[in-house]
Amino acid sequence: MSYPSHQQINRDLLRPLTQTSWRFYALVALPSAMVLAGLISWFTQMTFGFGISGIRWPIFWGFYVTNFVFWIGISHAGTLISAILRLVNAGWRRPVTRCAEVITVFALMIGAMFPIIHLGRPWLAFWLFPYPSERLIWPNFRSPLVWDFFAINTYLTGSVLFLFLPIIPDFAVARDRATGLRRRIYGALALGWRGTPKQWHRLETAMQIMAVAIIPVAVSVHTIVSFDFSMAPVPMWQTTIFGPYFVAGAIFSGIAALLIAMAVLRKVLHLEAYLHPVHFQNLGKLLLVMALLWGYFVFNERLVTYYGNEPAEMAVFWRTQRESFAPLYWTMVICNFVLPLILMGIRRFRTITGCVIASIGVVIGMWLERFLIIVPALGHKYLPYSFGTYRPQPVEIIITAATFAAMILLYALFSKVVPIISMWELKAGDPPSPSASARLADARPVSRGEVNS
Amino acid sequence: MKAVYGLYADGHAAQQAVNRLRAAGLADREITILSAQPMEDFEFGHIDKKNWLWWIACAGGLLGMSAGFGLTWLTEMSWPINVGGLPIYAWWPNLIIIFEMTMLGAILATVIALVVTAGLGRGGGLYDPEVTDGSILVGVENPAEAKLADLQQALESPPGARVKTV
Repeated sequence: MSYPSHQQINRDLLRPLTQTSWRFYALVALPSAMVLAGLISWFTQMTFGFGISGIRWPIFWGFYVTNFVFWIGISHAGTLISAILRLVNAGWRRPVTRCAEVITVFALMIGAMFPIIHLGRPWLAFWLFPYPSERLIWPNFRSPLVWDFFAINTYLTGSVLFLFLPIIPDFAVARDRATGLRRRIYGALALGWRGTPKQWHRLETAMQIMAVAIIPVAVSVHTIVSFDFSMAPVPMWQTTIFGPYFVAGAIFSGIAALLIAMAVLRKVLHLEAYLHPVHFQNLGKLLLVMALLWGYFVFNERLVTYYGNEPAEMAVFWRTQRESFAPLYWTMVICNFVLPLILMGIRRFRTITGCVIASIGVVIGMWLERFLIIVPALGHKYLPYSFGTYRPQPVEIIITAATFAAMILLYALFSKVVPIISMWELKAGDPPSPSASARLADARPVSRGEVNS
Repeated sequence: MKAVYGLYADGHAAQQAVNRLRAAGLADREITILSAQPMEDFEFGHIDKKNWLWWIACAGGLLGMSAGFGLTWLTEMSWPINVGGLPIYAWWPNLIIIFEMTMLGAILATVIALVVTAGLGRGGGLYDPEVTDGSILVGVENPAEAKLADLQQALESPPGARVKTV
C-alpha cells in the first residue's frame, strides 16, 4: 500500500470542499426532488389524516415502524463499527471510520423522524418527552417507547460528538487553506486547534473513552428497539432472542450500508488512493460473519417456535414460510444469507463490485426482515376478531423512498463541507521514517557542550 | 507575542531540536511543539501525556447515574401510576433509563473535559499554517532576549531546519 504525502492528502481530500462540478449538482438534484415529494406526502397525510395511508386496525405499524427499525439498524454502521475498530487499533480503519460515523448520525436522524411521522399529529410529539404536564403525570418510565426516547437521544448525542471530535484537526487544515467567510466558519469549527502534544493526547484519550462508552450504548439502542416488540403480547414477538437478534441484524445492515457508501465515495470523489480493495475485502469478511450470525439467529428463532407448536405462533410462522408472505420471506433469506455467503465466502467474488452487490442485497433483505417481523404478526394475533391485512398506500411508499433520498442528499452535502476521510488519522498511519534505534538515540537529551559545538 | 521557532520535515529532526532546546536550559513547558498528527513514535510526542480524562468520565457517569435515579425515583413517587401491577418504582425498567443517563453523563463529561483541558476555543499562541502541510514546529514563545541567539542556534542545528522569528 503506498502512502501519499501530507500535501497530497490535503490536496485530494480538500478538493471536494473547494471544487464543485456539475456532477455534484446532478447528484443533489434528484434526491432533493424526492425529499420534497416526501415532505409533500407527509403534509398531505397530516391534512387528510391516516385514512390515506394503509395503516388501519389491526395493523397500526406498517411501513413507518418498519422504516424506524430499519434506519436505527443502519445507524449501527458507523459509531459501533468505528468504535470497535478504534479499540482494537485496526490500522486499516483509518480511511473508513468517518465514512461510517456519518452514516450513524444521518440514519439516526432519519430513523428518529418516523415515530413523529407515525404519530399522525406531529405537533403533539412533545407528549413523548419527559416533562411535568398539566395532567400531573410524567411519561411512564415503564413504557418501551420512553426507553426509546432516552436510548436514541443518548446514542445520537454520543454519535454526533464521536463524529465531531476527530474532525476538529481537519477543520484546522481546512481553515488554513480557506479564505473569507469559509475561513471564518472553519476557524470557528476548529476551536483554535493547533496540534500540540497535549491536544493530541487529550483528543486520543477522549476518543478512547467515547469508543468504550458508545459500544454499550449502541448495543442498548437496538436492544431497546427490539423491546418495543418483545414486550408486547403478539405471536412470535415475545422471545428473549429478539435483543441480540436485532443487534446482530443492525450491525449486518450497517456494514452493508457502509460498503455501498464507500464504493460510491470512491468513485465519485476519486478516492482510489485511499479506499483500497483491501478495505472492501476486510469489511466484506465482516459482512460474511454477520450473514452467518444472522442465519444462526433466524434458525434459532424458527426452530424454537416450531418446537413450541403454539397455535397462534404457528399461524404466523406458516404465513411467512409458505403462505401469503412466503415470496418476501424467501427473498429475504436469499438476500441476507445466500447472496452474501456466495459473494463474500468465495475469495474471487470478494471484489468491490461483489461487495456492493452483496450489500445492496443485504439492505433490501434487512428492510424485508423488519417488515416481516411487524406486519404478519400484527395481522394474525391470538383471536380471529383481530385478523387483518395491510396494503401500503402511495403516501407511505413515497415517504419511504424519500428517506433513502434524504440519506443520499445529507451524505452528499456533508462530503461537500467536511473531508470525508480523516486526514490526520491517515497521516498518523504513515510508516515512521527513522528506525527504532535512531529514535531511541534522538530521545537522548544532548549536553550543552554538544549544542554549542 | 514574540517567538522563535523552527519547522522540520520529520520527527527525527524535531526531536533533535527539542533535545537541544532542553540542553539550552528550557523546561518542557516552555517549548511549543505543533504537528499535523500525533507523534507517538517520538519522545517529544509524549510530553504532557498524563491526564485525568478517564477519572472525569467516571465522575460524569456517576453524576448521570444519580440524575437518572433521581429522575425516575422522584417523579414516580410524586406522580404514582399503576401499570399492570408493577411496583410504583420498578427497578428493571428504570435501570434502562439510569443506564442511558450514566453513559450520557460520561460522554458529556469527557467532551467538556477535553475542551477545557486541551485549551480548545481559546485561540492565540504560536502557530504556522505550514504545520498542516506536514512540517513539525518546535519553538519558544516570548523568549528572553539574552537567550535568543542560543535558541536560534539550537533550532537551526537539526538538518533541514527552517528557523523563523515573529
